[in-house]
Amino acid sequence: MQRAVTTRKRTSLAGWLTEPTLAGMRRRKALLGYLFVLPTILGILVFTAGPVLVSFGLSLYKWNVFRPPTFVGLENYTRLVSDTRVLVSFANSARFVILAIGLQIVFSLLLALALRQRMATWMRYYFRTTFLLPFLLSGAATGVVLSYLLHQEFGVVNYYLGLLGIPRIPWLTSSDVVLYTVVLAYLWQFVGFSLITMLGGLSNISSEVLDAAEVDGASGWNWLWQIVLPMLSPTLLFSAVIGVIGGLQIFDQPYVMTRGGPGDASRTAVMTLYEAAFKNQEIGYASSIAVILFVVILAITAFQFAMSKRWVFYQ
Amino acid sequence: MQTSWPEKKNARAGHRAAEALLRHSRRWLLLLGLFALSVIMVGPIVWTISTSLRTPAASFSLPPKWLPTDMALENYAEVFARIPFWRQIFNSFFVTLSTVFGQLCTAALAGYAFARLDFPGKTLLFWLVMATLMIPLQATIIPVFVLISRIGLSDSLAALIVPALFTAFGTFLLRQYFMQAPKEFEEVALIDGANQWYIFSRVYLPLAAPGLAVLAVLAFNGTWNEFYRPLVFLITDANFTIPLGLNTLKGYMMTGSISVVLAGVSLSLIPVVLVYLFGQRYLIEGIMVGGLKG
Repeated sequence: MQRAVTTRKRTSLAGWLTEPTLAGMRRRKALLGYLFVLPTILGILVFTAGPVLVSFGLSLYKWNVFRPPTFVGLENYTRLVSDTRVLVSFANSARFVILAIGLQIVFSLLLALALRQRMATWMRYYFRTTFLLPFLLSGAATGVVLSYLLHQEFGVVNYYLGLLGIPRIPWLTSSDVVLYTVVLAYLWQFVGFSLITMLGGLSNISSEVLDAAEVDGASGWNWLWQIVLPMLSPTLLFSAVIGVIGGLQIFDQPYVMTRGGPGDASRTAVMTLYEAAFKNQEIGYASSIAVILFVVILAITAFQFAMSKRWVFYQ
Repeated sequence: MQTSWPEKKNARAGHRAAEALLRHSRRWLLLLGLFALSVIMVGPIVWTISTSLRTPAASFSLPPKWLPTDMALENYAEVFARIPFWRQIFNSFFVTLSTVFGQLCTAALAGYAFARLDFPGKTLLFWLVMATLMIPLQATIIPVFVLISRIGLSDSLAALIVPALFTAFGTFLLRQYFMQAPKEFEEVALIDGANQWYIFSRVYLPLAAPGLAVLAVLAFNGTWNEFYRPLVFLITDANFTIPLGLNTLKGYMMTGSISVVLAGVSLSLIPVVLVYLFGQRYLIEGIMVGGLKG
């Protein structure tokens, strides 16, 4: 009985909130709003926003986990610019991103345009489903499967190329070839993803506009450059931004396929970071690599948005 | 020489026929090309499944056989003998389902608040959340790793789950769905005497169901396939998730049979393929909604 009495007696704060007026409801909604965003805001502060700042801080320390950290200023950064392995891995990542993202956008755009052609519904469904299928696999599974298929001696791919009279390609064992192999593996897995993005973008353009220009007898080339690409430019920008952010962080497939080898030929920036932090336990040094990677990604994204004013048209 | 009228007509008809033929053959070439590409996309997966059923001796056979030949199910048993695969399957399900459930809860609450509740500082907080979308995992992994070890969670499944319970992308996604729902429903519910929680959970949450499905499918695939964070946070075999297990299995089998490894790969595909079969619509919608953001 005691409990019933205390719950009925309301404190002034509770009264302020439960007031059966519009103002009371507005207050209740505001409080509910804060409560609802609280988990997400806290989680993001603790696990995303906070750690970024900490990364900047850690990059100024020398810290090998077992010994207490010592402040070294910019020493990690001066070491970084003369560390060939780091430089090579960043160069690899840059080459990978330019090739992989460029080809991904071109191929997925062509595929999306091809799927616009007249064909039976089941065919369109079949192509869309099969092209997206590799996207379902984990990077690890893709790496395992492709490394068998691309084996120089026993691989299925070289067998079929052999039938066409092409000599065996050292996909994973030649330092001249391996980065292209990583690009191909990326394309195999992710071209379907951006195909869907492109199809989404195309479906936003009214088909009258696309078809009318086609009927007007615009040549295929003009039609592509003057109608399709401008109208699709927001989607292209999105694909480029997402692609670069993701591509600079590529790890799973090349790690499983090559572990960065042969030599350092397929070592990406993230692999160097991983080894510095979690194999060599050089937390401070690895943080400086993380900071550089972050700054590079931010700079490229900002650059893409700045340039987009010149070529992206929003309807 | 002047061509007579019927001849002209014939020429024109012939021209049109040629044009139609060209159009047709171009269309057939296009379909043929698309079909060839689809074979390249599906081929490796078919090869994986059929090779996983082959005896180790036949696993590297060339020319490749595309249909299963031996039905060597012992490869599948071998996976479980080599690595603690049952444990890893359990771990993967545990991590994935917890993460999906957690993300649905936090993102539904935050997405609803950002879409439909008014409170001071809302816009600022929303842009704070959006800004973190640009932060790559790499820029946070080291401090998160240090934090996880400090609170004693390293080499545990909680290390994977806890930081993944919050999602800026999911919040953005569900906010879109809540914004599409009509405002009038709230007024009707208020007249019926519903409180704010009821309005959220019984009126608007069901309306956002497609959005929840999209987030669930995307989060399921993303978490199930995750490799980097498990590699960093987990040490013991028994705590591994499936992608890490496959990586070890590949290492063990370097010189041995690839059929066993491919059996593991095939098993790892079952859940995502099932989710794809039943949730393809949502996966595609999710990728497209992501694209419209740009």
